[in-house]
Amino acid sequence: MTETIIWTIAVLTALGLLLSLVLFWVARKFRVEEDPRIDDIEKTLPGANCGGCGFAGCRAFADAAVKAGNLDKNYCPVGGSEVMKKVAVILGCEIQETAPRVAVVRCSGSCANRPRINEYDGVKSCKVKAALYGGDTGCLFGCLGCGDCVAACQFGALAMNPETGLPEVDENKCTACGKCVAACPKRIIELRDKGPRGMRMFVSCTNKDKGPVARKACSAACIGCGICAKTCRHDAVTVTDNVAYIDYTKCKLCRECEAVCPTGAIHGVNFPKPLDKEAVKQRIAERKAKEAEKKEDGNE
Amino acid sequence: MSKLTFSIGGIHPADSKLARECKIEVLPLPSKMYVSMFQHLGAQAKPIVAVGDKVKTGQIIAEPGGFISAYVHSPASGTVKSIAPRKDLAGFNVMHIEIDVEGDEWAEGIDLSTELVTKIPEDREFILDRVKMNGVVGLGGATFPTHVKLNPPPGKTADCLILNGTECEPYLTSDFRILLERTDEIIVGAAIMQKVLGGCKCVIGIEENKPEAISAVRASLARLGYPGISVAVLRKRYPQGGEKQLIDAVMKRQVKSGGLPIDVGAVVQNVGTSLAVYEAVQKNKPLITNIMTFTGDVVPAERQRNYLFRIGMPLSFIAEQAGGVPEETVKLVSGGPMMGKAIAFLDAATVKGTSSILCLGEATRRHPETPCISCCRCADACPMGLEPFLLKKLHVAGDLAALEQNAVQDCIECGCCQYSCPAYVPLLDNIRIAKGQVMGVIRARNAKK
Repeated sequence: MTETIIWTIAVLTALGLLLSLVLFWVARKFRVEEDPRIDDIEKTLPGANCGGCGFAGCRAFADAAVKAGNLDKNYCPVGGSEVMKKVAVILGCEIQETAPRVAVVRCSGSCANRPRINEYDGVKSCKVKAALYGGDTGCLFGCLGCGDCVAACQFGALAMNPETGLPEVDENKCTACGKCVAACPKRIIELRDKGPRGMRMFVSCTNKDKGPVARKACSAACIGCGICAKTCRHDAVTVTDNVAYIDYTKCKLCRECEAVCPTGAIHGVNFPKPLDKEAVKQRIAERKAKEAEKKEDGNE
Repeated sequence: MSKLTFSIGGIHPADSKLARECKIEVLPLPSKMYVSMFQHLGAQAKPIVAVGDKVKTGQIIAEPGGFISAYVHSPASGTVKSIAPRKDLAGFNVMHIEIDVEGDEWAEGIDLSTELVTKIPEDREFILDRVKMNGVVGLGGATFPTHVKLNPPPGKTADCLILNGTECEPYLTSDFRILLERTDEIIVGAAIMQKVLGGCKCVIGIEENKPEAISAVRASLARLGYPGISVAVLRKRYPQGGEKQLIDAVMKRQVKSGGLPIDVGAVVQNVGTSLAVYEAVQKNKPLITNIMTFTGDVVPAERQRNYLFRIGMPLSFIAEQAGGVPEETVKLVSGGPMMGKAIAFLDAATVKGTSSILCLGEATRRHPETPCISCCRCADACPMGLEPFLLKKLHVAGDLAALEQNAVQDCIECGCCQYSCPAYVPLLDNIRIAKGQVMGVIRARNAKK
């Protein structure tokens, strides 16, 4: 009896020793030399593996960054500049300061603004709906309201507002990873600079139809009238294909375009005070009058 | 002889041919017509008229935009009001030529007599040219340009022309009515296509639920005496009118995955196309009219109609002529209830392939989806031998490679899977999108080669 126990212990110990030797040898023989910085960078990154940077995950990002030796092609939208600074320290390179961005839903076609002209009872997916037909409103370009973007968001930053039927972005949660941008078949969502203290202007419409057609479909549509482009002093607003677009790198947040927009398609968000349209319009009128006077003087 | 049918899958939906006794009526001209530039498979047609031009009925107003494309003709005489994008019945913007109708003055060279011309032209090129110049496309639903189909690539020959008179979709009766009312013209059309294809035999496939049509065709065949044309009586089963299913049923040959009917020596044409070919070749009359059914389960019996309409009439005008869309209508569909498209925009213009306006009631509402119970009824029903439940799962997972391996591109979108699903899983909706994506991948790969 005792003999059996002793033998068992002896055999197992010997086996254990032998196998550990094999493992040691294998570990030596097939060791992969890896830059320790890859691990360090991976630990620094948020670890969401969302793919917002364009790489397969955080590890792939770290790998690519170390291989390149700089951060020219790497930017983690989730971590933002804070994380990027830390990564730069590990890599020992410089980074360009990038402004934080946020997803912006460019459609104001709420149930009140955009009457439904038919009822969709198919699969609840924007992708399927967009492939089947033009949508349950008169607008071919607007939000389909099935929430593909909400499903795509890993950070819980998007939610459908049941009242308007449109998705809304929670700015504190949005990391600008761009998943929703890719998920939207109508390409309504855009990543834009967050702006100083979150203040920013954008055209909340992508309707390329001619004015009357767009307006018939939605009372808040951009009709491509171009008043905003004429009013803007900073060359930030352009109108192409009957729809205005505000270049956020040029916009100085004067809110004049918002004041003159006849349909309210231009939105300004996070401004401390509500817009006093009449005052701004008066300001514009005075300025125009002065300019006209100057011109006359010059002519004389 | 036992009745023929295809070998796998298929379903038996209720017949519902409510308008079968209604004679074809000719619709009056509306004041405005909109001619779509995208009425056929392939490239969009290019307008060759300008705003303000006077056009005559049957005059060419747009030319083909590519090899697979077709001529488009003016459906009435009048003035071109505008050439602009307009919504089609699905609500997508498509280029349309708007015509202010002023009358019905036909262009020169078109024979308007109703006399039957039985003598078939000798010259093959002449026939093909007439078919092409008169804008004939397949009227079975896919609207593939007929002159391309009738001209097989070198090295391939057709040994059987199959005329599709199955009309396996419920409700639709337009093919049945022309088989009864325009029998002789269809037979002459078939003989013309036979001639073009090099004198192959011709089989007219008709389902057993149309005995009147079968006897009418048989009588006409005996009267006209063209050689090599026969009738095949088919068992009633959906989707018998599918090209590959019909070849299987009539010739007992299977088209390989990714293959074309001509690979097994078959050319399939709809009976409506045969009529259009007759008119194009014998009368030089362009394809500007077609037959459609106004029907549905909420349309009272006395308001069921079969119409001869001019291509370009707004659907709303036709519905108005038929006494309006009934109030109980829940769904409006153009085409059959299985493969047709929901009408999102009733003001949309009719196109060459329009075959019906269906007004469907409460019974056709979708049921809420429940989880798949793995009963495999969809796989049993699929006439292409696919596994719809699997394809749907793969599409949700976004696995395009596996979808291609499982032959999603072979799906004919007949809807048998979704029809037979007891859990109301939206199978076809998913598979259709997946098919589009996989076809895109295949095309991109072929383009690289």
